[in-house]
Amino acid sequence: MGAIEIHNLSKSYGKVQALDNVSFSVERGELFGLIGPDGAGKTTLFRLLTTLLNPDAGSAKVDGYDIKKDYLAIRSRVGYMPGRFSLYPDLSVEENLQFFAALFGVSIDESYELIAPIYKQIEPFSTRRAGKLSGGMKQKLALSCALIHRPGVLFLDEPTTGVDAVSRSEFWDMLSGLKERGITILVSTPYMDEASRCDRIALCNEGKILSIDTPKGIVRRFDKRLYGISAKNMFALLGKARMVRGVEDCYPCGEKHHLVAGHEFDIEYFKSQMKDTEGLEIVNTEPTIEDMFIKLMKR
Amino acid sequence: MSDIVISVRDLTKRFGNFIAVDRISFDVHRGEIFGFLGANGAGKTTAMRMLCGLSYPTSGSGMVAGYDVRTEGEQIKRHIGYMSQRFSLYNDLTVWENIRLFAGIYGLSAKETEVRATELLDRLNFASERNTLVGSLPLGWKQKLSFAIATVHRPEVVFLDEPTGGVDPITRRQFWEMIYEAAEGGTTIFVTTHYMDEAEYCTRVSIMVDGVVRALDTPARLKQQFAAKSIDEVFRSLARGAQRGE
Repeated sequence: MGAIEIHNLSKSYGKVQALDNVSFSVERGELFGLIGPDGAGKTTLFRLLTTLLNPDAGSAKVDGYDIKKDYLAIRSRVGYMPGRFSLYPDLSVEENLQFFAALFGVSIDESYELIAPIYKQIEPFSTRRAGKLSGGMKQKLALSCALIHRPGVLFLDEPTTGVDAVSRSEFWDMLSGLKERGITILVSTPYMDEASRCDRIALCNEGKILSIDTPKGIVRRFDKRLYGISAKNMFALLGKARMVRGVEDCYPCGEKHHLVAGHEFDIEYFKSQMKDTEGLEIVNTEPTIEDMFIKLMKR
Repeated sequence: MSDIVISVRDLTKRFGNFIAVDRISFDVHRGEIFGFLGANGAGKTTAMRMLCGLSYPTSGSGMVAGYDVRTEGEQIKRHIGYMSQRFSLYNDLTVWENIRLFAGIYGLSAKETEVRATELLDRLNFASERNTLVGSLPLGWKQKLSFAIATVHRPEVVFLDEPTGGVDPITRRQFWEMIYEAAEGGTTIFVTTHYMDEAEYCTRVSIMVDGVVRALDTPARLKQQFAAKSIDEVFRSLARGAQRGE
């Protein structure tokens, strides 16, 4: 039995279908990523699984307990870090931690060794009010509070949004550490480059799951030839490349534009059509999660 | 008209003993897409606030769109465009009402507003959505509309503060094509982002660490200088050494 099992879960708010018939399961000890933009339904799914909302249809189990019937059992077994900072800004770092420990009927001492790798980084500021902490420190405190009762399953809703690239990768290092302790983690992110840090990912958009697999498995499903193209004027290159026969799609992708080749694409023909383009380069390139996401969105 | 739209020299902001921005100097040229990167807490927001006329520097000097950041904050606000992910548009107003509101704030006459609104809506292929409530538009359309509205008064320079946060990969790229197009048309773009692939789309990129501009050049030359494969690598090697958090 998986740590999280989701069957045909749906939820709408008025006319907006936030979650549309979603099913998947997360294995025990797995680090599972929900990857998708705003409006994909990530937060709604977290609220359903943490029993803060009831579904319109479908069912789900967390740690073996039903989200509708056994909501009390679930609440004491999961840790939840919402997208918005939800600690008490007027309590100090230590008071926040004590408060959450008291809520769950545990002591800080009992859980100290679990949270230590994270909490030690903010412990020097234990008397500072939570509202006065920096973004990165708030994040560490929120994670410590979510872990204080030693939950078996951890839900993290966009913990790295708006965080710089270096702090983001440090946060993922912390998650890898927690995974090693056997905690099941469901984490959402809009940053596709973070997908590779997960065991498996679900790509989601507008309430639906587009694809579920390991990060490598997802990109292996990209069944088109992909090229990276560049030229002196990158903006003009986009418009020109899109006009050439056999070019299915062409879009910016960092340093180069990615060109998705259809059946009719012929690289020599492409070069001949583009011969007046200053500095043109075209190379084979490997697809990324984002290429796959774009392909699935356009289907 | 000068070719330099933003010019700062030794721009500094102190809060008590804390030096948030420490003698930064750079020029931004007309039609450039200038990427303003930095770790959380590096001083980006404080620097941006000074450039947008929202905060006066403690020392140093700067000109934005021809106005002095030390004394002409109000003029600067009138002559720049600004868009952030958080503050965008009013959901309970229609597309046209949003345009009219911002055009009014920037002092356009009723006639100018009508001309400009028609122009913007045509360019976005939005004419049929004129009376649609902004709240009911898809996120991607909202982003494009926000950008268009930030340019309603034809500013020389537009400041974009993390304009693509949380946006899907297709919309994010469409948004950047809009930026490219505006820059080709001569609008100067000053943009912050946490997506390192977007840094590669900029004409030049500056990277701030601990209040100081540590690197500033074209993406290609930065990668060469730091022997890195991507701007992401350049950013990481600089930001790892950061002493202060947010």
